[in-house]
Amino acid sequence: MPLLNKEIKEEIDLWVQKFPEGKQRSAIIAALHSVQHFNQGFLTSELMNEVAEYLDVPKIQVFEVASFYSMFNTQHVGQHEISVCTNISCMLRGSDEILDHIEKRLQIKSGESTTDGKIFLKKEEECLAACTGAPMLMLDHQYIENLDIKKVDEILDALEKKQ
Amino acid sequence: MNELNQVVFSNIDNKDPWTIDSYINSGGYEAWKRILTNKSDSYLPENITQTIQDSGLRGRGGAGFPTGLKWSFMPKEDTQKYIVCNSDESEPGTCHDRDILKFNPHALIEGIAIAGYAIGATIGYNYVRGEFIDECYPRIENALNEAYQRGFLGKDILNSSIDFDLFNFLGAGAYICGEETGLLESLEGKQGKPRFKPPFPANYGLYGKPTTVNNTQTLASVPMIIKNGSEWFKSFGTEKSPGTIIFSVSGHVNNPGNYELPLGIPFNKLIEYSGGILNGQKLKAVIPGGSSTKVLPSHVIEGCTMDYESLQQAGSSLGTAAVVVIAEGTCMVNLLKRISRFYFAESCGQCTPCREGTGWLYRILDRITKGKGKASDLELLVDVANRIEGNTICAFGDASAWPVQSFIEHYYEEFEYMVKHKGKTKAA
Repeated sequence: MPLLNKEIKEEIDLWVQKFPEGKQRSAIIAALHSVQHFNQGFLTSELMNEVAEYLDVPKIQVFEVASFYSMFNTQHVGQHEISVCTNISCMLRGSDEILDHIEKRLQIKSGESTTDGKIFLKKEEECLAACTGAPMLMLDHQYIENLDIKKVDEILDALEKKQ
Repeated sequence: MNELNQVVFSNIDNKDPWTIDSYINSGGYEAWKRILTNKSDSYLPENITQTIQDSGLRGRGGAGFPTGLKWSFMPKEDTQKYIVCNSDESEPGTCHDRDILKFNPHALIEGIAIAGYAIGATIGYNYVRGEFIDECYPRIENALNEAYQRGFLGKDILNSSIDFDLFNFLGAGAYICGEETGLLESLEGKQGKPRFKPPFPANYGLYGKPTTVNNTQTLASVPMIIKNGSEWFKSFGTEKSPGTIIFSVSGHVNNPGNYELPLGIPFNKLIEYSGGILNGQKLKAVIPGGSSTKVLPSHVIEGCTMDYESLQQAGSSLGTAAVVVIAEGTCMVNLLKRISRFYFAESCGQCTPCREGTGWLYRILDRITKGKGKASDLELLVDVANRIEGNTICAFGDASAWPVQSFIEHYYEEFEYMVKHKGKTKAA
């Protein structure tokens, strides 16, 4: 059974149209975003092969993109992704304490997922361009700024209740 | 006179400034319409380029290269050309392009269209950083659709026989794609590894075709300059640094934020706008233009005005105008370690001095903070940094070296203290 559903294929087709004929390689990044989204946040070799086949590009071209960009996860990760920015602007406003608190509460280190597979704490998140709202984190692509421990606990409480 | 928000953010306080109606009500698309409908010579592509050159607008992405001059490098030959907008904002401390994409996307679209026309490009791409996927991207994509619906983009725009198509592109997380040739590689669907230059993008850019890459804020400044003229733009700022720039002020201030102000504003005034140093603390240091620029101690920055020349004279640079404010009590060793971790993590790996050197820098700093530093480490740090600087394909290598050199130059005693006292900080 093909792994790429109709919705993904339509999305990829729209992207291919943005580029000159024969330049469908430019759609690899968008195709991987789309596939990863439908596959609960991570990529598999099979999915990457299907993308290569669908775009008619060598498999290696898809693998090298997937391995280069930090938003692509090539390992199985938890369902919801939390990225805590710890770069300088956030660090000066206490991001180390925020990350420390999350690690302790979830009992995982950054780069790991919780045992129930619900939360993935992304490793080494770099500046997310929200420096004036430091400290901040990203939850499933949503920016949450001006954090304190109380706000972080509320985010985690809500996440734990979510099915 | 209120100095804030006079060019890029001039419409930012209007209701829903990101919608096309709001933008048009504030005079938006006026410049583009004039170009499309006015047959006078002043709107010929070369004269648009000249106006931008006369305005003194410089690239706001960090390098500060004169924008009009960059446009003039485009060959005149009749071939497919491209204009590419660099919205891959990721220089630590910098977050103003995010606000442009969110709150004033039409100024950017209009600016890209005008730039495309000036350089002879009929196709444009706006490269948006991947992490903006759910916040800025839908906003700029929606604005793009609105612009098409109103007939401001496409073929034979407003019966002018001018064609211009614009597409948004989404990255996937890599700081190096902010380097213009790394960005072009990424746009071609490859790893974002910068190209050796020359040839420069104006001769060999996207898909090997002549291409100009400009930053988001640079392009979003263009419509107002064309509408009001280069003299108007030059009425802000200083003679050598004309216009306004958006300062992203972060770190130890009471009101961090994006402040669009005339270039040349005294540093102390910028801090006043930002509500003063956090909780009345004393200023220790400032990184004036994003993490790649050299740190300046308080006594130096307090005498500076915020423009290209003043900060260069002070030994640093305006960079992206991301002003990271550091109060007394901050450990400079730990801060540098965090900066070095960033460059280690983000090096694309194609040049040996950078790939290996950034790892050396981080590991030496890490062992110093863990109490395992040696007396010779400080010399070693500077030695490694000096061997990266100037020896790599792109400026990333230099950017990883400058913080190390400047932190050690200005705060040597803190590093020395930590080595001697097995990881204990002298700060606080």
